[in-house]
Parts: sequence; C-alpha cells; structure tokens
Amino acid sequence: MSTVDEREPVAVDNDHKPVGYGRMLRKEDPRLVRGRGRYVDDVQLPGMLHLAILRSPVAHARIVSVDTSAAEAHPKVKAVVTGEALAEKGLAWMPTLSNDVQAVLATDKVRFQGQEVAFVVAEDHYSARDALELIDVEYDLLDPVVDARTALAEGSPVIRDDLEGKTDNHVFDWETGDEAATDEVFAKADVVVTEDIVYPRVHPSPMETCGAVADYDSVEGRLTLWSTTQAPHAHRTLYAMVAGLPEHKIRVISPDIGGGFGNKVPIYPGYVCAIVASLVVGKPVKWMEDRSENLISTGFARDYVMRGEIAATRDGRILGIRTNVLADHGAFNAQAAPSKYPAGFFGVFTGSYDIEAAHAKMTAVYTNKAPGGVAYACSFRITEAVYLVERIVDCLAYELEMDPAELRSKNLIRPEQFPYTTKTGWVYDSGDYEPTLREALRIAGYDELREEQAEKRARGELMGIGLSFFTEAVGAGPRKNMDILGLGMADGCELRVHPTGKAVVRLSVQSQGQGHETTFAQIVAEEIGIPPEDIDVVHGDTDNTPFGLGTYGSRSTPVSGAAAAMVARKVRDKARIIASGMLEASVADLEWTKGSFSVKGDPERSVTIQEIALRAHGAGDLPDGLEGALEAQVCYNPENLTYPHGAYVCVVDIDPGTAQVKVRRFIAVDDCGTRINPMIIEGQVHGGLADGVGMALMEMISFDEDGNCLGGSFMDYLLPTALEVPDWETGYTVTPSPHHPIGAKGVGESATVGSPPAVVNAVVDALKPFGVRHADMPLTPSRVWDAMRGQARPPF
Amino acid sequence: MRVTMTVNGEEVTREIESRLLLVHFLRDHLSLTGTHWGCDTSNCGACTVWMDEEPVKSCTVLAAMADGRTVRTVEGLAKGADLDPVQEGFMQCHGLQCGFCTPGMMMTARALLDRNPDPSEEQIREAISGQICRCTGYSSIVRSVRWAAEHEANGCPAHGSNEDSTQVEEEVR
Repeated sequence: MSTVDEREPVAVDNDHKPVGYGRMLRKEDPRLVRGRGRYVDDVQLPGMLHLAILRSPVAHARIVSVDTSAAEAHPKVKAVVTGEALAEKGLAWMPTLSNDVQAVLATDKVRFQGQEVAFVVAEDHYSARDALELIDVEYDLLDPVVDARTALAEGSPVIRDDLEGKTDNHVFDWETGDEAATDEVFAKADVVVTEDIVYPRVHPSPMETCGAVADYDSVEGRLTLWSTTQAPHAHRTLYAMVAGLPEHKIRVISPDIGGGFGNKVPIYPGYVCAIVASLVVGKPVKWMEDRSENLISTGFARDYVMRGEIAATRDGRILGIRTNVLADHGAFNAQAAPSKYPAGFFGVFTGSYDIEAAHAKMTAVYTNKAPGGVAYACSFRITEAVYLVERIVDCLAYELEMDPAELRSKNLIRPEQFPYTTKTGWVYDSGDYEPTLREALRIAGYDELREEQAEKRARGELMGIGLSFFTEAVGAGPRKNMDILGLGMADGCELRVHPTGKAVVRLSVQSQGQGHETTFAQIVAEEIGIPPEDIDVVHGDTDNTPFGLGTYGSRSTPVSGAAAAMVARKVRDKARIIASGMLEASVADLEWTKGSFSVKGDPERSVTIQEIALRAHGAGDLPDGLEGALEAQVCYNPENLTYPHGAYVCVVDIDPGTAQVKVRRFIAVDDCGTRINPMIIEGQVHGGLADGVGMALMEMISFDEDGNCLGGSFMDYLLPTALEVPDWETGYTVTPSPHHPIGAKGVGESATVGSPPAVVNAVVDALKPFGVRHADMPLTPSRVWDAMRGQARPPF
Repeated sequence: MRVTMTVNGEEVTREIESRLLLVHFLRDHLSLTGTHWGCDTSNCGACTVWMDEEPVKSCTVLAAMADGRTVRTVEGLAKGADLDPVQEGFMQCHGLQCGFCTPGMMMTARALLDRNPDPSEEQIREAISGQICRCTGYSSIVRSVRWAAEHEANGCPAHGSNEDSTQVEEEVR
C-alpha cells in the first residue's frame, strides 16, 4: 500500500485550521456507512404505486397490435399505458439531448431490443412485473441493422422512417482540421502507419440502476420527481418542455446517487413514464429498472470504428495524424453532447503532441441498438480520441523500432508553447508534460522493467509494458460555444453566511459519489476562512439550488468549483466593507488572512469572519449603502475548458498457455492543476483505472446478427472485481489552470480516458514476439490467443 | 405465508408472498434500506447481508429461507453510536464514493475479520471478489479492511454480534 499521499497538507487539523485544501475525510460518509443514505429506490411515499415497463424482445419490428386487456384485469393493476395512449396526449415522443426525437413508448415500430413498448402501474413491484407477462404484442419482424459498417449500404432497412423524408440511416457527417495540409505532410513523411482501431460498445453500469419516483399533486398542480439524474436542473427544464407542466411547478430531487459515469445524464423514457403514470393515476409512482434493463436500454458508450493514420520522420518526429471514424449512435441520436459538438470533443485526437497538421472525418449512423454514446466517464468522446492517438503512436513506435517513451517524449508539446492551439483549434490552457512523463517512468522504474522484459522474452515469457500520455478537455462551457438543447453550459452557486458564522453553499451540480459535500465546503473554506465542517453543501434539489447544467464531463470542479470560489470572494468583498466599518479603517487599509480582516501594520485591530457575519445580521448601522445579511449568488461562465493531463504506465504478464492477461502494476501520474482534496482525487483516479482495465480486457456489449443484445446481465457483461486489478500506484504534478479562479482542472474522468490505451499497449507490447502491432479490445483470453497466432480480429 | 426471523437482534414476524426475496423483505417490509439491490444475478453483491453469521446475497435468497434464522444487515453493524471498526476504516481510508456497494462490502469485510483477524491484501481481495464496486478501483477498500484489522488488533473493539444494537431495533418496524 504505497500510495497514501503524505506530502500534501491535511485540511482540518490544529496546525492548518482553517485552511480549506488538503486531505479531509468526507462529510457524506457517516450516513453512507450506516446504511442511511437515501437513494431513489429508498423513497417510500404513502400510497405509492409501482411501474414496470414492457420492452421489445426484438431489434426491429412493426407493431401490429398491443392487447392489454388481460393485464388490465389483473386485480392489483391500476393502469396499463401503451404508445397509442401516449400519442393521444402528444407524449409518445420526446426530444433527445442531441436534437433528435426518441419514442417514450413505441407506436409504429420497435427499433432496438429492450425498447419501451408499454407500462403497467400496480400496487406492488411484483404484481407490476406479473402484469407485463399478460400484455400481448404482435410484431411483424423487420430486418435489423446491426453492424454500423452496413448501415449506409444500398438496400439497408431504414430505421428512422418516423423522420419525414428519411431514406437512409445517416445521422451526421463531421469534419475537423485541414485536409489539404494534412495530405501534404503525409506525402512528405518518411513513414506512414495506418491501423484500423475499434473501440467497442461498452456500458457505464453504475451499481445503482436508473429510476424515479414521481409524485404529482393535482390540487397544487405540482410535480415532485426524485430521480437518478446527474443534471437535475436541465432535466426539469426538459420536463417542462415535454410534459407541458410549468417549470416552477416541477421540483427534481436527485438524492444520493449510486454512481453515474454519464449513464444518468440522458432523459430516459422510464422517467417520463413515471411522470405520466403519476399524472394519470393521481398517486406517487416508483419506477426502478432492473440490471438487464439498464444494460440493454440505457446510455451505452463508445462504439467507434476508427481508421488511424500517423505520419512521421524516420527519426521519430510526428508530422501529422488523420482519422476516419464510423460512429454507431443506435436507434435514436440521444448522446449527451453540446449542441455544436456532434462528435463531442473528439477533436482533441491530436493528443499531447506538437504536430504540423491533422484532419478527422466522421460519419454517424443509426443502427438497431440502444441509443446513447456519450457516457462512461468519456469526457465527451475524449476516451475515443485518446485511445486512437495513443494506440497509433505505439504502432508508429513499433514500425520505427523506437522506445514508446522516447517517441512520446520527443513529440510532447513544450511548456513554453502554452497556451497551445492544436491543429484542430483547441486551446490547451496550460501544461508541463515532460516532468509528468518522467515521474511516471520514475515510479515505474521503467529502465529496470525493460531489462526484466528482455530477460523474460529470452526465456519465452510474455511480459508487456504499456504507456499512455493523455490531455483531457473538461469543464464545458464557455456558454457562447457550448449548450445542451439551448441551455448554456454555465453553473450557479449561492452562499449564505448565517449570523453565527456558519454557512450554507448551494450548488447547481450534483454528486454521484465524487464527494461534493466535502470538496465544495473546502473550496469555500479556502476563500472565506470558515472551517469546512461549518459549511453545509446543498445540492441535487432544483427548489433549493441555483440553475446549472449538472455533473458530467468532469465539469463540477472546473465550472461549479469556480462558481463556489467566486461566490465566496463576492461574500468576502462585502465582509471587507463591513469590517472597515467595524474597525473604522478604510477598505484599502485592510488585510485578509484566512478567516479575518486586520488593519495593515496593526494586526491587533482585526475582526473574524464570524464577527463580521454577526454584524451583518445584527443591530446597528452598516457602512453607507450596504444591505444587511452576508450572502451572494453567482453564475460562472467558464472562459475556456481546462486541460488536465497525465502519464500512465501499465505492466502486464500473459500466460502463454492460456493467453490470460494479468495486470501486474499500474502507475498513474495525474496533473489536474490545483488539488483540493488529494484523498478524493486519488479515489477518482483509482476508479477510472479500474474502468480502463475492465474495458481493455473484459467489457463489451455485443449483439448477435438478429440484434439481440448479448451483454444483458452481469453474467455476460463482465466488470472487474478486486481480483482483476492491481494495487494502484499514483503520483502527481501540479500545473494550475491560468483562467480558473483557483487553478483547478477537474479529474473525474482522467483515468478512464488515459488507462485503456496503457493496458492495450502493454498487452500488444507483450505480444511483440509474435509480430503483433495491434489488437482490439476487449483483450479476453480467446482474443489474445488468436492474436498470438496471427489471427487478431476486430471484436465485431 | 408467515415468516419469523431475528433481524439485527429483534424478532420480526410478517405475512409475505412465498416468492418474496430477502432483499425486498428487508427493504420494503422492514424499511431497512441500507441493503441495496444491484443486479438480480448474484454478481454484484450490493445486497450482501448475513444469514446466521454467513454473508449471503439477499437478491437470491427467499425471505422464506430465512424463516427461523438470524439476519444481520448494515444497520446492525454499529453498536449504538459506536461504529464498527470496518465502518470507521471505510471512512478513514476513503473506501467508499457513491456508497451503493458499501453496505455489502462492509458485511463481507466484517465476516472476514471475524474469521481471520489479520488478513493479507490477497485474502481481502479474494473475500470481496464476489462484489463489484464501480467507484473505488478496490485499493481503498482493501486499505479500509486492513485499517479495521489493525485497529481491532490495537484494542478497538469489534462489534461482532447482533446483540444490543438498540438504535437499530428502533428502526425495525
């Protein structure tokens, strides 16, 4: 156990109090370790009914008829609702987060296995499930489109015939960079390497599935919705638009959430069904999907078929990168990405390297699979981009017979080049890459590992060392460029200091385990000098928090964290004026040390923030023109994204007899700028590393030729347990963001982005004696076995 | 059918459907919502509770099978206001993030420490390998269990029995 970081300060101890940053135990833990968290499924309301959804057993079919009579006759059933019934209310379709539409309940056709067809509301969960069995649906089967590669072929069945004039399965074309300039550098390059790289469909699978409790009060005309959402405010606005309820009469509560990873960003038909059910039946209604429903119908991730090309000089100077991507978006384009970014932030595919030209083209298609696409801690498709570049750079190293660490080091963007504008137009705010790479290699003992590998190879043993170096882009907006369905990606924050000097801070973002109740208290504490334990953090309730876009894309710290710092500074500014009155000194003569103002040159004359708070609410005059109370509100619109980076090293051993990959070591050095709580940062990194090992070695949502999902349970969709992952070794460097108020960059998704290529690069490195340059994920024993025999193949 | 069992030290009797799963009995009939449900197929272990001192996955145990037996859940881990060292360890070592798998993990950890007070990292990983955590990457869970082992060895008491969990009894309705 080597990684508890003892170099960084502890937040709350007698020496440092009340410094905000540092290792601090989480404020949310006491309730969670006692089993007293309150997750959506824990909500029990008087008279509450239970909803279950009938889903399509087939991938593509016309609905001929739906007979609900037997289900309606079930003694415990209160309502059965079909797509046709919803259509009568104008609710059969809803907008997606990508400006497409998605069926709430199918009316004309079913378009993927698991699609919502009807729902039942009953007295208890078991009866609701029983009644689903009594609904008789007649389907007229259609040919499905399962392989994205055939979606645009002549004669391919048209999935979205609901869209007027639609005659193919095309969703969008997208392009970035300079094609002509890129062709030019490729033409002059000594070496060009091309590789087909598939990032298979995977699923975020938070431990808590999706669900909601809808409670509509018909007298007040008021809807309260407890739901598993990462974006309560955005969801509320969309419900107002879809369901026609006035926004001020909707309250969305996102209580304790059992993990999100992007799975809980979209609006799912189930949420809308629960709302409709409560409206129709007039009672609270709970819907919780089961694990199979979660796996087969909710937001998947990745599913990119990529051709990567890299051009370089013989001595290893990278000149250009280009790629052509086929993106499978499923049956409805429901990915949660900013409107102007249909490919998410895939445009950062040039990675961490200073190159001359780059170009990418992408075509997205509909298939008869579940919708989604942006999820699983992907930072809006940066996982795909980083995987592409870090894999293709390793392919180049293979061809040049060059050490992959040396090749990377040679091409990294240099510190004096920041802010660095990439060849696809992204402005990296800050970075100092070389020391980060060096630190990872140091912790790994890279040279010794290579020596060990050489010895083992000589004995016929298979050991691999894989590297990745990534640059993340997180914290969307700015709002002028970034919105979701017209809602600008900014976040609000309110801070109120009570008369006794305790405080409450209200956030527009929502935690799914990231520890906001702790870190946001620390951010405010750092700025205003009130100890973090005296600051209550309120989040996940639209009635009690300011508007904002929510937690995904690692945006809580970069956006809402900035808002928290700014609102605290605003309050401090007001406190300074009050202090000037209390100390009878001019504002300019006051000095702030954490927790109090004092008169410059006369430190004895000082007032604490607590004394100021009391004065702000107390009897007696305040300085002229100043209102009472000590509180403020801000809405923070980020100037740019923030760009965390990191260097990862993975060491694997492969059993030559079984082709089983064992991850022996994993070293992660992350730079997320200013570090608020190193314990929480480390936890975020650890989780993402496990995700990466899972994706690289185990996880894939696959389909048979009829479009049946073959990954519909945890028996088929394999996630890593404690036995598949090593004890993580972490380190860090600190390059603050120049435009973020506290220099923080966000870290929630860094490891998920950076780790898959490190693991795959390690496995491919181990297979070098077999002449393997590339093998696609998931690197299961059978797929590694094939690669060892020269038969590496794409996963689909 | 009627079932009677001892849950966190208190005897409870309920009329239930014979098909009712233990996890739903605990959550819906006794309002012990600390035990979570995550997968249906015994893979994730979020629903792990003890039945007669043995950790079981309550999503694949019928409530009827617990008739006449003793069940212990996360709500029965602390002794009144005193946390079990395992609970304390999870807080000290950041062994939880979203907290959803945590009750099941802690029940398994408690059972492990009762049988093996000084488990190695490998033994801890083996013990929790029937459970899935999506947040922590497991290292901090392993450390949390080690923390509990070390602090119990140093005299911090382990509350290994179902008796005297007054606070919990009040919650069982």
